Amino acid sequence: MAHTGETLVEAGGLGVRRGGRWLVRGIDLAVRRGEIVTLIGPNGGGKSTSAKALLGIVKPDEGEVRRKPGLTVGYVPQRLAIDWTMPLTVSRFMSLTNSFGRQEIAAALAETGVAHLARAPLQGLSGGEFQRVLIARAIATRPDLLVLDEPVQGVDFTGEVAVYRLIGEIRERLSCGILLISHDLHLVMAETDRVVCLNGHVCCSGSPELVAASESYRRLFGPRAAETLAVYRHHHGHSHDIHGDVVPLPARTAEGSAGEPHGERAGDEVTGEKRHA
Amino acid sequence: MLDDFFLRALLAGIGVALVAGPLGCFVVWRRMSYFGDTMAHSALLGVALAILFDINLTIGVFAVASLASLGLLALSRRGTLPADALLGILAHSTLALGLVLIAFMTWVRVDLTGYLFGDILAVSRLDLAVIWGVGALALGILILIWRPLLAGSVSEEIAVAEGLAAERARLVFMLLMAGIIAAAMKIVGVLLITSLLIIPAATARRFAPTPEAMAVLASAIGVAAVVGGLFGSLEFDTPSGPSIVVAALIVFLLSLLPLPWARTKTATEGGR
Repeated sequence: MAHTGETLVEAGGLGVRRGGRWLVRGIDLAVRRGEIVTLIGPNGGGKSTSAKALLGIVKPDEGEVRRKPGLTVGYVPQRLAIDWTMPLTVSRFMSLTNSFGRQEIAAALAETGVAHLARAPLQGLSGGEFQRVLIARAIATRPDLLVLDEPVQGVDFTGEVAVYRLIGEIRERLSCGILLISHDLHLVMAETDRVVCLNGHVCCSGSPELVAASESYRRLFGPRAAETLAVYRHHHGHSHDIHGDVVPLPARTAEGSAGEPHGERAGDEVTGEKRHA
Repeated sequence: MLDDFFLRALLAGIGVALVAGPLGCFVVWRRMSYFGDTMAHSALLGVALAILFDINLTIGVFAVASLASLGLLALSRRGTLPADALLGILAHSTLALGLVLIAFMTWVRVDLTGYLFGDILAVSRLDLAVIWGVGALALGILILIWRPLLAGSVSEEIAVAEGLAAERARLVFMLLMAGIIAAAMKIVGVLLITSLLIIPAATARRFAPTPEAMAVLASAIGVAAVVGGLFGSLEFDTPSGPSIVVAALIVFLLSLLPLPWARTKTATEGGR
């Protein structure tokens, strides 16, 4: 990105442990102003956990997290159920963590295309409308860092495309950093500057093309992903067992040892040919 | 005029209901009714300890209820037992401990019924001053922590991520709960305090478009229940606590009747 700027948040050697098991370990991750970083990986791979640790929602058991002093954050969590007992209209929900004037609320809702819902109760929204309201609320503060945890769930395909386009526009307009969590690969990648593939550790990271090309990516997401995406080959130092733990590949130990954060190198060793399905 | 025991009870009850309205909304929103119950049950242990060590009853109850809530928080964080089992254990064991301790103290005559179900005769002028003083303070503090507490009730994750002190607000809220329990004990009794928190809030929900409106409405409904209940208690010679709860229940049932102007679960379109 041309306008990639200061580092907003950065994790070094991040590890989170629950019930004697490491959910994630050895995570190095940074989001700079003006860039979209997408976390991908299988369910249980630690995408949400890593994002929550970056935001201070989860305390890391290892490593450290540095946030820019005075960092303002907009957060769209993966799951948010508003109980019926909580009476919230869309516009009241917009002022949940900050107070805004009527016009600011209307403007933020208009940006995500749901201005007409300002007076509707939250509980009556459809899945897609609710996601748009969540995003509108998160961008209303014009945050430095926007964190979106699977923002397209419950959104139909055309809506999905629109949401991703919107996220790209938000980056341009607010020049904020965006951390996006997704399991939906090819659509995300179109708007992304950097992809980080997580499965308990950083499997690989880099530009979307490089990650799509990597072995570990194919191994994680299976033949379907390999068919729908252009695939390159690169050497990868390890495999994963069914728990997602690292299993070194003895034949390739020369290329990198298990657990070593080798992500930035993914794609350095592209050897194969580009292949379209 | 404050010599009239009934007037004192009325004023005390109104004072409690005004604070119980907004606090009760948070109890409903955060699904903490059993938590509140547990804190309220521990109040009897507070009474027993206060008598034993000869300290002010209200302070004793406040201290024990606060400790019970902090203990619950600490225990639930260790996550060895599910929360509902913890609540069940703590609620009934503190109640039983209180009852046993009071039975041991043969040198004092304790009117258990008054503590369990409320006693309008028991409200002194000092109690009245404490209830209104503590109540005003509690409402002031609640207004101060309103935003982080409300945001944390909707989503603790959003609140924390966006820089609000949601956890601290929740701790302060626990202390406010302990305060209202200590203040409400004499009016409604330890067994029924939670109903004074929950029933008015639940009644208000249907008519409220925003959290703030629900809080104010819950206070008003609570006041109506206190006034109705205390007059009923005087009229039919029934214990004050159950009478107030019955009055609240009647208001709640009335609110369920179809009313043309009520905000029902209308939605722009289906789903969610």
